[in-house]
Amino acid sequence: MLAMLLAVMLFILGGFVQPGFTRFEQAMNILRLAAFLGIIAAGQTLVILSGGEGIDLSIGAMVTLGAILSYGIVNQSDARILPGLLVTLSAGLFIGLINGVGIAYLRIPPLVMTLGMTSVVRGLVYAVTKGELNGGASPLMSAIVVKPLVMGIPGLLFISATVAFLMWVLLERTTYGKHLFSIGVNRVTARLNGVKVNWTIVSTYMLCSMIAAFGGFLFLGYYEHVFLNLGEKYTLPAVAAVVMGGTTLAGGSGSYWGTIAGAIVLVLIESLLTTLQMQDYARQIVYGLVLLVLLAAYGRQKGLRQ
Amino acid sequence: MTNNTTPVFLKTLGRQYYLFSLILLVIAVIINANLQKNFFKPVALNGMLITFLPLILLAMGQVIVIIGGGIDLSVASIVTMVSTILVTRMGAEANHQQVCIALAMGLGAGILAGVLNGFCVAFLRFQPLVTTFATTSIFTGIAVYVLPTPGGAVPRFFMEPLRAKPLEIIMPFWVIFLFLLLWLYLRNTKFGRFLYASGGQPVSAYYSAVPVDWIRFTTYVLSGGLAALAGLSQTMNFGNGSPLVSGDLTMNSIVSVVLGGIPLSGGAGGLVGGVIGGFILIMIQNIISFANVPNWWQTLVKGVIVVFALAGPGIIRVSRRK
Repeated sequence: MLAMLLAVMLFILGGFVQPGFTRFEQAMNILRLAAFLGIIAAGQTLVILSGGEGIDLSIGAMVTLGAILSYGIVNQSDARILPGLLVTLSAGLFIGLINGVGIAYLRIPPLVMTLGMTSVVRGLVYAVTKGELNGGASPLMSAIVVKPLVMGIPGLLFISATVAFLMWVLLERTTYGKHLFSIGVNRVTARLNGVKVNWTIVSTYMLCSMIAAFGGFLFLGYYEHVFLNLGEKYTLPAVAAVVMGGTTLAGGSGSYWGTIAGAIVLVLIESLLTTLQMQDYARQIVYGLVLLVLLAAYGRQKGLRQ
Repeated sequence: MTNNTTPVFLKTLGRQYYLFSLILLVIAVIINANLQKNFFKPVALNGMLITFLPLILLAMGQVIVIIGGGIDLSVASIVTMVSTILVTRMGAEANHQQVCIALAMGLGAGILAGVLNGFCVAFLRFQPLVTTFATTSIFTGIAVYVLPTPGGAVPRFFMEPLRAKPLEIIMPFWVIFLFLLLWLYLRNTKFGRFLYASGGQPVSAYYSAVPVDWIRFTTYVLSGGLAALAGLSQTMNFGNGSPLVSGDLTMNSIVSVVLGGIPLSGGAGGLVGGVIGGFILIMIQNIISFANVPNWWQTLVKGVIVVFALAGPGIIRVSRRK
């Protein structure tokens, strides 16, 4: 919960540095961005929890694909939201299936498999759109996602709260969750205990890609337009959010709350840096330095002296 | 009755970890040569070597880091940073002395970048993936600070060494050859053995008095240095600099390592595999452009081919077990 504390501290710091930072609208803005990153990072949390150096580097491209599929199918008509959403989610499941099979059955290291699939998904995006983007978001989508729904809180936050609740249920109350933690801790003992290891791995990657595709759908609702490679910049921050949230990259321990806190911290840092009106280059350097400092607190690994 | 007439050379080759990759490379070269009519002409080969020397250098650096048990995502940003430093310190009218100073600064920057990476991963024990992701941001920021917009220039004579042809063979080939020779020597020294131990069995190595931390630190410094050289060769090729990082370059360096048959978990493999893997990737890219694949399909085709190539060792392993 250190991350949460850090988030609150940063928020207050922001209020000192820039008056108006703590205004309700600004807070909503930050929470919106954090919610978005948090949802995408939900899948990443699952994958990293599964252990075996689990990671999914293809989620950025998946977000792009999801957004573009939704964009093309919804095509500005409310009626087509559901088909759009279903197609997007299925695309995610399909890509996740390929990832999972490669990792679980062909024993391809997750880093390698998902790195390769990034090119494939990106290529799918190019092939499907042939460089042109036709379509549109529908009014209902933007209403749900971006515009203030209840008490000035945008729908996206309710969606992310639902996702958080579902993740909690998934991790803490379902058999899948128990199996996920057990394969994260030790694959061998998990298998000996009757856990269907391969199936768990495959379904984890399927869930991850599906959530990322859903994130793309939400992206469309939020920004109302798409562009190629829109999702690329979410891949590594999602991993950073998970790590910062206390989930070790070795797997087996962690929680989604940590990821949410990590996402908020990352978004806060970026916003703070933007409001400080630093030049572009300075912002990048400081962002990197701050990440390193945070790693000093959260990302240190066990020493060799055991 | 066992047939014992296989020559020793073939037997040793059959044991090498990069055998599958070598076969893949030969296949790729054959396909490429079929599609690209002038493939074996010096003009085409030289051009290819000059253009892709940075990738091969990065692949070599990445191999060293990965054998040591880590990974370096910041290599592309180091290339960019060094390139911008070189270009701004030189200008078109620089004399030999200024060029030397610029070279020293550029290479020094790359090595310092490696020092930062190595210090954080080896001594502070940060997680390599997220650390090098963070340092990418730092180095890119420095690059943007040094050279906000693409441009800059270098003196004419600076671009010549890359295209020089000692013994009628173009320079990049010699560079790669020299590094491979260096590696063959290093591999059998204490450093080499320590390197494999640190990557493969770090805890046992530690208890055997192997300076695991220093070894890991050195791998990142070497990677930074090689990335600096890659930046140097890129600047020599293009004659100008750009703060825009080619995002693909890092990924390509990692893919090259894997295509070379080197396990990402560390402790095995060698520079030769990385070089072979890099060339396989280059062949794949060439094949796709010369096969007249329509523009918007190219990325997908390349991705699928790469995934199959990556899956290759896995499939072989699984089928062997059956």
